[in-house]
Order: sequence, then structure tokens, then C-alpha cells
Amino acid sequence: MSLWHVAQVVAVERLTASARALTLSVPGFVEAVAGQHVDLRLTAPDGYQAVRAYSLARVGRDEVVEIAVDRIPGGEVSGFLVDDAQVGDRMEVRGPLGGFFVWRPDDVGPVQLVAGGSGVVPLAAMVRSRAAAGSPAPFRLLCSVRTRADAFWADELSSSPGVETTWVYTREVPPGVTRPAGRLSADDVAAHVLAPGESPRVFVCGPTGFVEAAAALLLDAGHDPDLVRTERFGGA
Amino acid sequence: MAVFTRGFGGRRPEPERPLPPGQHLTQDFPVLSTGPTPNVDASRWELTVRTESGTEHRWDRAALQALPAEDVTVDIHCVTRWSKHDTHWRGVPVDAFFEDVETAADFVVAHSYGGYTTNLPLDDLLDGRAWVVFEYEGEPLAPVHGGPVRLLVPHLYFWKSAKWLRGLVLHEHDEPGFWEQNGYHLYGDPWSEQRYS
Ligand SMILES: Cc1cc2nc3c(=O)[nH]c(=O)nc-3n(C[C@H](O)[C@H](O)[C@H](O)COP(=O)(O)OP(=O)(O)OC[C@H]3O[C@@H](n4cnc5c(N)ncnc54)[C@H](O)[C@@H]3O)c2cc1C
Repeated sequence: MSLWHVAQVVAVERLTASARALTLSVPGFVEAVAGQHVDLRLTAPDGYQAVRAYSLARVGRDEVVEIAVDRIPGGEVSGFLVDDAQVGDRMEVRGPLGGFFVWRPDDVGPVQLVAGGSGVVPLAAMVRSRAAAGSPAPFRLLCSVRTRADAFWADELSSSPGVETTWVYTREVPPGVTRPAGRLSADDVAAHVLAPGESPRVFVCGPTGFVEAAAALLLDAGHDPDLVRTERFGGA
Repeated sequence: MAVFTRGFGGRRPEPERPLPPGQHLTQDFPVLSTGPTPNVDASRWELTVRTESGTEHRWDRAALQALPAEDVTVDIHCVTRWSKHDTHWRGVPVDAFFEDVETAADFVVAHSYGGYTTNLPLDDLLDGRAWVVFEYEGEPLAPVHGGPVRLLVPHLYFWKSAKWLRGLVLHEHDEPGFWEQNGYHLYGDPWSEQRYS
């Protein structure tokens, strides 16, 4: 588990103006579960190293790591991954890491996913894992994004059979959407989140401020704290 | 052999003093926890120390405030690889809670409101190396950072500094806590990079 694997970029794909998906080939990387992350280590020519955590965007293929990175203004590693990294570049990966913020296809209970911005990444892995396994687990996905153009994989996530997906917009609303732009609210939770009475397992992921706010709304709505799992990406 | 990443220069903020291996300095205060931030009512907060024979010692808010507090300035190191220099806290050295405690146990499990646990050797909590803190940077400790009261054990990775502290339970054997059962190191010394077990 504490081993660094050599990784090579094999594909890059632009997701939004500030984000890219990267696919890495990582010999020795096996048995990842949806929700887990990796540590990614970059080494400069003078030996300086930087390590950051990135969630897996898809699991199920050994020796392949798919991540999606949003550029943080002034960010050391995200800026490199979004703007500079190219196919063929080498870096190092440790993982899969994290055994708590995970969903396994043999869990057939109802699941509520709540994402802020790039926090959708590990939740997308859960949706994809569910689809690949043909799982009957009822899934709902509630995503908060700045604008429609900032959404990762909007078409795919909105059309995964058996998954009810809702987008809410904080900055600018696309034509035809009546909810005004604004942060996730108690009304959104009441309207779109599985009821506490159904005892859904809830996964909340995104920047720390988003996770704090969303988790507080969920507790206020009556969700059992023991069923709410969180992944905080950082930031204020 | 190191694997170099083409095109990566890095932007190293020069640390004024050495950092533990694999850590980088941060100016803000990231949050690591696995669930929602629990609402702990400060007026009903209590700390219990329970010995291996089951004897309990309790402090409520007023009893905590009656103990001699001190200001502490320390560097903290999170296993998620950020470190923060010169953080300022106010709290009571853990020694004060053990003055009247009769124990032959060598290990402690810290318990939090919300169910979190973490294990430490008792020695690591004593001799002025650990505190029960209730202020951060001159303000009451915010819930997201463990308020009203958390443990502060700066010489170990910060997951050992249990947030929302409610109990210290003595054990004769080292009993892994939450992260320790989930692949993290039993002891967690940042300077020897004891991240994972
Ligand atoms: C378990 C885990 C999984 C993660 N998964 C992903 C993922 O799938 N995709 C992804 O894009 N990121 C993810 N992150 C965040 C990622 O690890 C980095 O923190 C992020 O890419 C910024 O790194 P940086 O080097 O560019 O910024 P730094 O140079 O480290 O920081 C620059 C500034 O930005 C602030 N900052 C750092 N992170 C954030 C943030 N998330 N939001 C707002 N401000 C921030 C810092 O506090 C600092 O002030 C994850 C984090 C964790 C802990």
C-alpha cells in the first residue's frame, strides 16, 4: 500500500475551461473501489517533489488510473495537470487509498450522492461502478456547479439508467431552468435528496466549504450522521 | 530511482525550517474528517477519563476552565501532506487531567463526539507534549476544527489530535482507533513518515 508506482499519461481530455481528465497507465495498480483516491507525486528536475490527492473517476480496470482535475487559481499541481501535462509524461502514483468513502456494487441499499464542483469525481466513479455491475441500488445524484459549462460529464451523468440526477447552478442558470442561481439550500435538499426515512447512504464531496454547508443541511433535514460520509477536497 | 515529471517546475515556498518528509506548507487550515461536523453543545460538553479498572473522572466546561491553561505555539502536520507553522492554541496540558488518575496502563484511546476514535501511547500525552485545547488563534475553537474542545498532540500526525473530544480511555494494550483500523499507522510520527501501516 505504501508503494509508489510509476505512472505514464496515456490520454488527456478537456472537460471544462478549467478542468481536464487524465488517464494514466500504472503497472501494479489493482483492485480500486469507487470513492477511493490516489496520491499523485510529481518530481521536478532538481528533485523537488509535490504530492496531492486525486479521486478515481472510474474503477474496474486494473493498471489504469482515471482522474479529473480542476485548476485552482495559483495551484501548484492542479495548474500543471490541467495546462501542461502531456501524453507520455511520467509521474508516480500511490494507492488505491481510503477505505471509508467507498461504495461497493454488492450494497443494494439506496444511495444519495451530493457533489460540489469537482467533488463529482468520486461520485461519478460510484455511478459508473453501479452501471457496470448492473446494480439495482436506487441512486440519486445532486450536483452543484457554477454554470452548465462547469459541469463534468453532464450528459453521461444525467442519462445513467436508474440514477436520478439534478443539477443546481450557483452563478448562472441555463435557459429553461426556473430555480434562481444560488448555493445549495434547504429547499434543494427537500426537493431532490432521498428522504431520511429511506435511510439512504449519503456521500458528500467537494471543496471543504461546500461539504460543511451541505452536510449541515442534511443533518438539519433529519439524516442520520452515521449514514453521511464526506470527502473534503480542501480550500476555505 | 526518481521518476522525473517533464515540464513540472513546482513552486516551493521556502520553509523557514525543515518540514517532515513528504509535507508541504499551507497557509490555510484544511479539514479532514469522514462525516458531518457534529453539533456539540458547549454548555453540555464533558470530558471523561476512564481507567482500565473502570474508574471515571469527569470535567465539565466550568471544571475545564478552572484548570491552569496556557498558550501554545506549535507546528502541525496532517497525513494528507500539509503542514502549518506556528499555530496558536490555548488549552490545558493533558497532565492536569491525570494528576489524580491511578493507572498502570500504557495506552489511551481518545473518543470524540460523533464516534471518532484514535489511539496513542499514554506517554505521548504527558510531560507537556499534548493539550486539551479550546481556543485557536485567539478565538473559541470552531466546530469544523474540533470545537468546542479538541486534543492537540502536535508531535504526531494531526489525526491523533482528536476533534470534538469527549473521553480518554486507558488500555493495557494498544487498541487501533478509526484511521488506524483503516490502514493508517498505529503511532504516526511525521518525522519518520509513519503514514500507513
Ligand atoms: C481525498 C482527496 C481527493 C481529491 N480529489 C480531487 C479530484 O478528484 N479533483 C480535483 O481537482 N481535486 C481533488 N482534490 C484536491 C487536490 O488534492 C488538490 O488540493 C488541488 O488540486 C489543489 O492542489 P494545487 O497544488 O493546485 O494547489 P495548492 O498549490 O496546494 O494550493 C493553492 C491554493 O488553493 C487552495 N486550495 C487547495 N485545494 C482547494 C480546493 N479543492 N478548492 C479551493 N481551494 C483550494 C489552497 O488552500 C491554496 O490556498 C482532492 C483532495 C483530497 C484530499
